[in-house]
Amino acid sequence: MEPNGAEGDAAHLASVALAEAPARRFSGIRWRSKLESVVIPLGVIIVSMILFGIFVAWQGAEPLAVFASIKKGAFGSWFSFQNTLVRAAPLMLCALCTAIPLRLGLVVIGNEGALVIGGLCATAAGLQCQDASASTVHIVMAATGMFAGGLWIMIVGALKQYRGVNETISSLLLNYVAIAVLNQAVNSWMKDPDSLNKPSSFPIPDEKMFQPFGDTQIHWGLVFGIIYCLCAWFLIQKTTFGFQIRTVGANVRAARLAGLAVGPLTLLTCFIAGAAPGLAGMVEVAAVQGRANESLNAWYGYSGILVAFLARQNALACIFMSVLLGGLLASGGILQRAHHLPDATIVVFQGIVFLTILYSESLYGRFKFFQEARE
Amino acid sequence: MSGGALWSVALAVFAGAIRGGTPFLFVSAGECLTEKSGKINLGLEGVLLMGAMSGYAISYKTGSPWVGLLAAGGAGLVLGFIHAWLAQQPKVNDIAAGIAMIIFGSGLAFFLGKPFIQPLAPQLPGWEFGAWSSNPAARSALRICPLFFVGVFVVFAMNWFFNATRWGLFVRAVGDKPDAARAMGISVWGVRTLSIMAGSCLAGVGGAYLSLFYPGSWTERVSGGQGMIAVALVIFGHWNPVQCLWASLLFGGAQALGPALQSVGVSSYYYLFNASPYILTLLVMIVTCSTRKQLAGQPGALGTGQ
Repeated sequence: MEPNGAEGDAAHLASVALAEAPARRFSGIRWRSKLESVVIPLGVIIVSMILFGIFVAWQGAEPLAVFASIKKGAFGSWFSFQNTLVRAAPLMLCALCTAIPLRLGLVVIGNEGALVIGGLCATAAGLQCQDASASTVHIVMAATGMFAGGLWIMIVGALKQYRGVNETISSLLLNYVAIAVLNQAVNSWMKDPDSLNKPSSFPIPDEKMFQPFGDTQIHWGLVFGIIYCLCAWFLIQKTTFGFQIRTVGANVRAARLAGLAVGPLTLLTCFIAGAAPGLAGMVEVAAVQGRANESLNAWYGYSGILVAFLARQNALACIFMSVLLGGLLASGGILQRAHHLPDATIVVFQGIVFLTILYSESLYGRFKFFQEARE
Repeated sequence: MSGGALWSVALAVFAGAIRGGTPFLFVSAGECLTEKSGKINLGLEGVLLMGAMSGYAISYKTGSPWVGLLAAGGAGLVLGFIHAWLAQQPKVNDIAAGIAMIIFGSGLAFFLGKPFIQPLAPQLPGWEFGAWSSNPAARSALRICPLFFVGVFVVFAMNWFFNATRWGLFVRAVGDKPDAARAMGISVWGVRTLSIMAGSCLAGVGGAYLSLFYPGSWTERVSGGQGMIAVALVIFGHWNPVQCLWASLLFGGAQALGPALQSVGVSSYYYLFNASPYILTLLVMIVTCSTRKQLAGQPGALGTGQ
């Protein structure tokens, strides 16, 4: 350590900067750290597959056969891959709800609630204007869903910013509140009297629903998901606004000293994050369910949290991780049928992957091999 | 609302405070111990479910609910160890580790508990304090599980432990200033691991109460987020175990309000009343939290990653 703190640090920083500058200029691609960010996630997948294999073997199933079934159920045929993609769409949107605020340093897990509220409000709006043309209905529904989901997560940001309420806990509680609001709505003021077994809202007319593309099952949801992820990536990585977000996330005091309006920035970021699962809820109604009911609460939100952490908060990586996890979700049925494993098997697998990925965070920078050589 | 209806709602809320408050009591006491050592365990929701499942399953297999209770505590210890180990790795956020533990614990509980949804397991006994009354509602309200008294004892014992024992001082020191504690020669890793495991064991027992006494069956919805509410209860109770007891009773009562109102015919807004514990938690946190000052009793290292 240098004897005099501040000056020593400054000198050290300067020397590091000097040492790094030529390395950047001459050695071209800094492949070692790039390789690290590929090898460690791959290792995570392998280790968690081994752990999961041990688990299913303990439960009396053949691990290799189970993995073969998962692969078959997820990517085995064009039909099953379509199923995977259909499930990946809401996952992408839900993942953004966690991934974007993580850049601010906030762990928001209100994805499920924002999805439910978005779907409910989109249904209400769609029913109000159901006589208009299909595209008008879609636009009104999408706008309402996004707005409702955005406001829902904005509450979380505002509570954090102005009252110091822990955002993880408040967003989690809001999930339960959202589900209660949904149940209340479909059991009273929005209730379709014909829906006896499963209380639901009145249905959106069939011709006003999203139609699948061609003879596939894929619908607009996937397009929305990919576009939202691309936009979020561009916003965070390539714009001034995104730079502000990352600055706040790196050091909120430094951001304040630099004159950034941390409060409004937090609220706006949370709104953008919440609008994504809100849109997912609208898509679930407009493309899958056709009405608002309990089925909206299908754990996409909780899986989205996992996707956000798997993707290490990178919106582009969210697309690929969603497809992987969507495949895993799609293979739940085949595990039940072919191996007599309960549907919770997939949840166990998700838990193992999640634990392993968190452990892997502590491995970055621990291996000498992945350090860039300092010239 | 007539006088009789009001009386029956009040009775139901009182019963709920004790019956429904007991799991809150165990989980919040466990969370309090965990957080005093400077780490958050959001994964107690998963522990609660695992405790409920393993308690029920072992009680069914062995015929003794007390063995089930032990198994639930053991399941808590194991999950607590995983969390303690993971949350103390460098660069690992303890809140994220908790979310992972929720998914892992609940997945494991649903997976292993699938065969036990149907059969009936022997239940924990209740002490009849209402034998003098002829009113069946009062009798059932005064049927109290011995675990409730165990929980009350644990809470006061924990308060004494924090304030009057050497080990309690270690836990508080590790939670407030880990570096200073380390300089004193205390093993931060050891103290935190033991605190998290003990807290998780308490949560496991709370889970067994859910499946073995009230509501007294194993389903996948048996916990309904109580493990996460407990984290908020600890904040509400200012990290003081005795105040966690009062908070637990309050929340147990709030939980009983919706069904109680429905039973006397007030059924509009039934679903919203069911969400009242969550809404109450949120309101309590909005009122008690502050951006400017640290709350009284809050461990210094909490949420700082130290």
